[in-house]
Amino acid sequence: MNATPEPSAVQFHQLHKRFAGQPLFQGLDLALPPQCITAVVGASGCGKSTLLQLINGLLRPDAGEVRLFGQPLDYCNLPRLRRRIGYAVQQIGLFPHLTVRDNIAILAEREGWPRSRLRARIEQLLRMMDLAPALLGRYPHEISGGQAQRVGLCRAMMLEPPLLLLDEAFSAVDPITRAEVHARFQALQRAEPRTVVLVTHDVGEAMRLADYLVVMAPGQVLQTGTPQRIRARPADARVARLLESGP
Amino acid sequence: MKRMLACEWARWLAAAALAGFLLIAGSLAAAPPAHGEAGTITVGSKADREGHLLGEIFAQTLEAAGFRVERRFGLGQTIVTYRALREGEIDLYPEYTGTLAHAILGVVPDGIDTLDRLARRQGLRVLPPLGFNNTYALTMRRAEAQRLNIRRISDLTDHPALTIGVSHEFLKRQDGWPGLRSRYALPQSPLGLEHGIAYRAVREGSIDITDAYSTDGDIERFDFMLLQDDKGYFSRYLAVPLVAADLPSPALAALRRLAGLLDERRMRALNAEVSSKGRSFAAVAAEFLAEQGITSGRRAAHPRRWHRLGTNLIEHLQLTGIALGLACLVGLPLSFAVHRSPRLARSVLYVAGLLQTIPSIALLALMIPLFGIGVLPAVIALFLYSLLPIVRAAITALLTVDPLLVNVASGIGLTGAEQLRHVILPLAMPNLLAGIRTAAIINIGTATLAAFIGAGGLGEPIVTGLSLNDYQLVLYGAIPAALLAIATELLFELGERVLIPAHLRESSKL
Repeated sequence: MNATPEPSAVQFHQLHKRFAGQPLFQGLDLALPPQCITAVVGASGCGKSTLLQLINGLLRPDAGEVRLFGQPLDYCNLPRLRRRIGYAVQQIGLFPHLTVRDNIAILAEREGWPRSRLRARIEQLLRMMDLAPALLGRYPHEISGGQAQRVGLCRAMMLEPPLLLLDEAFSAVDPITRAEVHARFQALQRAEPRTVVLVTHDVGEAMRLADYLVVMAPGQVLQTGTPQRIRARPADARVARLLESGP
Repeated sequence: MKRMLACEWARWLAAAALAGFLLIAGSLAAAPPAHGEAGTITVGSKADREGHLLGEIFAQTLEAAGFRVERRFGLGQTIVTYRALREGEIDLYPEYTGTLAHAILGVVPDGIDTLDRLARRQGLRVLPPLGFNNTYALTMRRAEAQRLNIRRISDLTDHPALTIGVSHEFLKRQDGWPGLRSRYALPQSPLGLEHGIAYRAVREGSIDITDAYSTDGDIERFDFMLLQDDKGYFSRYLAVPLVAADLPSPALAALRRLAGLLDERRMRALNAEVSSKGRSFAAVAAEFLAEQGITSGRRAAHPRRWHRLGTNLIEHLQLTGIALGLACLVGLPLSFAVHRSPRLARSVLYVAGLLQTIPSIALLALMIPLFGIGVLPAVIALFLYSLLPIVRAAITALLTVDPLLVNVASGIGLTGAEQLRHVILPLAMPNLLAGIRTAAIINIGTATLAAFIGAGGLGEPIVTGLSLNDYQLVLYGAIPAALLAIATELLFELGERVLIPAHLRESSKL
């Protein structure tokens, strides 16, 4: 499992990072496979979200290196880098002063996409996410939580980024809505396969969606592998306990 | 998506309209007031009625001699008008020898030749007196005086309960109250009042005695009585043209022809023509000059109030617009620079708050020694006044923008400028606009006081009207100022409607 033939989508090498004054990662090595969904699970405070923000440069390592598709992360032009990395957080991440349409289109408009291409891409995303075109003119507070999460995914995927980071992007809705959003997301992943890194506190969600699992404890990686394999052979008692918390 | 396009257009239009309001004055300011043109002489006057009338007589005299004349009457009290002359804002104004000696040159009054010699050192000339002596006097209602059997100032010592209210200038001048009180050993302690208000107060009986000028037409009109200066305290106040020394000699010659033409009786009569018959300064001046053969025929008297109103309104917009524009240009970047550091933000707010606590009239007065009189000091004072509401609103606005949204904006790949333009500013807009709106309204009100330091605007008819006891003139300034404030309020309301989505508007009101 440590030797992948093609370069890893995301690779952390000897990474050190302090968080809130305390050392969090001390020499972290981790590689995530391309073209599949990786779920990062662990108790809150274990550094899952920090890991995600190290990937898109919202945080910088104190020492060590982050590589994306084999290239060291370029901190000189973060906006350009980030437009190739979709980023979605809980539904509050939608801009309240912009309509659904403007939220989805904000990056493509900055990129200067022609209107026809813009419209076509938005229509495609809406279809895949099962959102009615009538929602486009509404503001975030006028749509449901499940719809808002799907709109957030549409915005993250508008520019067809090769890498998608989801920070608890499916939480804060009821189980039925969540199952619906999951289904839509999986359909999208089949249609447009890409590397996804999903941070979640919900082990059940991770098991259901992920092709590859990273189980974390504060500051360290306990085990990596496919969900089936980890379920079958937990590396230690902590992993087993964490998996039991799921369904 | 066409609808979106139209919406975007409407937003830009509204933004342009707001920007236009802020900058309209800026462009108007590119054309400074006509003062200073070649061949034009600017005649000023203090804010009292006689000053206006004499100013108008000077102006028409000079026009008859072939000069173009710009009138800037009602500049304020002595200090403002004198400074305007010293700084070349005006070329001449009517002054009194006593005032010139005591309040300006700081000498004991002496002959005209001595005063002229001293004035020349300041680049000014004192021309021969017009004739009358308009000295200070104390006055009270005739009926009241007769009832109490008061004829002379020394009689006042027997009536310590009488209330005295005098103009602020009289209260402070060496040759005014302080000297008068010690000469006559007066037991009363006076209130300081605006002169026009003091007359009204005497008429209505809320005070008993005030200071007056001996040629004041209102003394007869209101049936007041002048108290006799039985100890000969008041100096002589001969009216003279006080002029810039570089005035062309034909202009000096024309003004010299006025020497000795106005005795006290005639001056009082002319003043009464204006105050009790309600005739315009221009008409009364024209009639007098024609009688004296200084002008050939009678000029048609045209009050030009509506024309003046337009000018005043434009001046007012200039003052408020430039000050507000500057305050935005300085306040918004300043707020953005400091809002992340609580300590810096607190310091900036503290300083802006201190400026705001200075009473507006005091702030304007403080500007005089620093920047002189006129538009510049007024704009600076208004600018300082606008800073607090703008900075406070901007810092609050920036702090209330959800940091998560800024983090998301950065995380999805918006550049710093794009975050500001598309996320931070729109989210801060409701509070930001509210601050600019408050500043604009405060500015429009405060700018009416700017007339006290000769900056013009809608305060000019208000200040003049107060000193002339002409409440119609006060309304000429007060009503447009009030309407302007309301119109501004509505404009901002409209701007908010177009610039801010309804749901964010509502939440900002809570």
